[in-house]
Amino acid sequence: MDYFLPRMDTFVSNQNSLVSVRDLSFSRGTKIIFDNVSLDFERGKITAIMGPSGTGKTTLLKLIGGQLHPAQGTILVDGENVHQLPRKQLFQFRKRIGMLFQSGALLTDMNVYDNVAFPLREHTHLPESMIRSLVLMKLQAVGLRGAKDFMPNELSGGMARRVALARAIALDPMMILYDEPFTGQDPISMGVLVHLIKSLNSALGLTSIIVSHDVHETSAIADYIYVLADGKIIGQGTPDAIRQSSSAWIQQFMTGTADGPVHFHYPAKDYLDDLLLSGKRY
Amino acid sequence: MIEQLQLLGNQTRGSFAKLGRGTLFLLQTLTGIGSVIPRPRLLLNQLYSVGVLSFLIITISGLFVGMVLSLQGYYTLSDFGAEASLGLMVATSLVRELGPVVSALLFAGRAGSALTAEIGLMKATEQLSGMEMMAVDPIQRIIAPRFLAGLIAMPLLAGLFSAIGILGGQLVGSGLLGVDDGAYWAQMQAKIDFQGDIVNGIIKSLTFGFVTTWIALFEGYDATPTAEGVSRATTRTVVNSAFSVLGLDFILTALMFGDD
Repeated sequence: MDYFLPRMDTFVSNQNSLVSVRDLSFSRGTKIIFDNVSLDFERGKITAIMGPSGTGKTTLLKLIGGQLHPAQGTILVDGENVHQLPRKQLFQFRKRIGMLFQSGALLTDMNVYDNVAFPLREHTHLPESMIRSLVLMKLQAVGLRGAKDFMPNELSGGMARRVALARAIALDPMMILYDEPFTGQDPISMGVLVHLIKSLNSALGLTSIIVSHDVHETSAIADYIYVLADGKIIGQGTPDAIRQSSSAWIQQFMTGTADGPVHFHYPAKDYLDDLLLSGKRY
Repeated sequence: MIEQLQLLGNQTRGSFAKLGRGTLFLLQTLTGIGSVIPRPRLLLNQLYSVGVLSFLIITISGLFVGMVLSLQGYYTLSDFGAEASLGLMVATSLVRELGPVVSALLFAGRAGSALTAEIGLMKATEQLSGMEMMAVDPIQRIIAPRFLAGLIAMPLLAGLFSAIGILGGQLVGSGLLGVDDGAYWAQMQAKIDFQGDIVNGIIKSLTFGFVTTWIALFEGYDATPTAEGVSRATTRTVVNSAFSVLGLDFILTALMFGDD
């Protein structure tokens, strides 16, 4: 019966947190992605999840957005348990969050303007004139009002991501999830994105969750950082605290050294044995 | 031996799982159709790309199939002095069989493969996922209009195929081989039954439209989101559609025309 009784540590979380993840476990096949992880994302702040590729950072965003189901644990967003929402409410809930995909995920059969107008047209009954003003305002905010007639394949990677950002804020969400916003960007677009994420967050009163492994950019704007590895949180704190962490692992990650607690070599059998076997079939 | 058995078992289980996913997908699509009706624009766009853009291949193929049919039919019929029945023969073959079947095969190759590639690429580029996160159900927004469009377009294309085929047959029959023009049309008019031939032909092409569009959309939706995955899904669409159309055609023919 105690299943129904909220455990104190489960449901009484920080008053100020918009998203609280409790005892989350998730695995893909035999690979454990999360092992009993708990995280809090504070309202109005930029919280970053960092860690090497393949640690399930994107998976975490999909879990928060309700696209994947955890094997165990709860995710509360603004007091609602995402994975117990019926389909209809889940879709209602998703209107209140924006997500920026790594690829931008722009609809390739529409131009920039229609892409930004897409959520407005789908979810509101606003007249076209008002949609136009809203779209132009969102595009102005990301600096791409002049590119409104371009098709997605005419945009550079950085521009596509900014358009996707304009689309993500079209419905004035309470929270934006950024999936690797800086990956593969040239220094200028990177700077633009860093500035945009920071300024949108304060101007619109958003809560932002950034998943990234770009150490410098992320720690420049994040208020709080979680470092994930091997399904666990191995460090958390403000960017300064993380930088000064005594953990050898975190130091290796933050400074990007080739060898350390994470070895340069992927686990393999003995080198000499392997070489001597080279002529035989095995 | 054990390994092979294991492989066989895995593959069988895999195909049953896929069949299950496909059925669920179909049910979701069918329930999603309701949301297309208030938005005819979505349907019209798809009717254009699935139907109108298939016009050329259907018309040209129909013309040639009708012409060949007329040529072959004439040689056989003239042995019995029955070349006056050429029109009837051409029309019956087209309306009952060749119209629905050949146009469904062409449809699967032209429109089905395009649908699979489109949906598969949308999946690979996270567009479907992105739509879900924007609280838009891709089944309702993307899949259902395409499904409905395929269902509507198929019988129309099959009708076009048959009509052009009959004209092609007449072109060769009376233009080239000297069959009496009046006999060509009169026998057709007298013997082609609306219920028995035309309605059954429409039922066939509706069935084929249903199955080919379902296969095409599901293969795209279920594709592994990589370049290779999408290419394999496209191939599977064409192959599976062809098998299903030919198999179903046999069953439908047995059911419909068994008594004649």
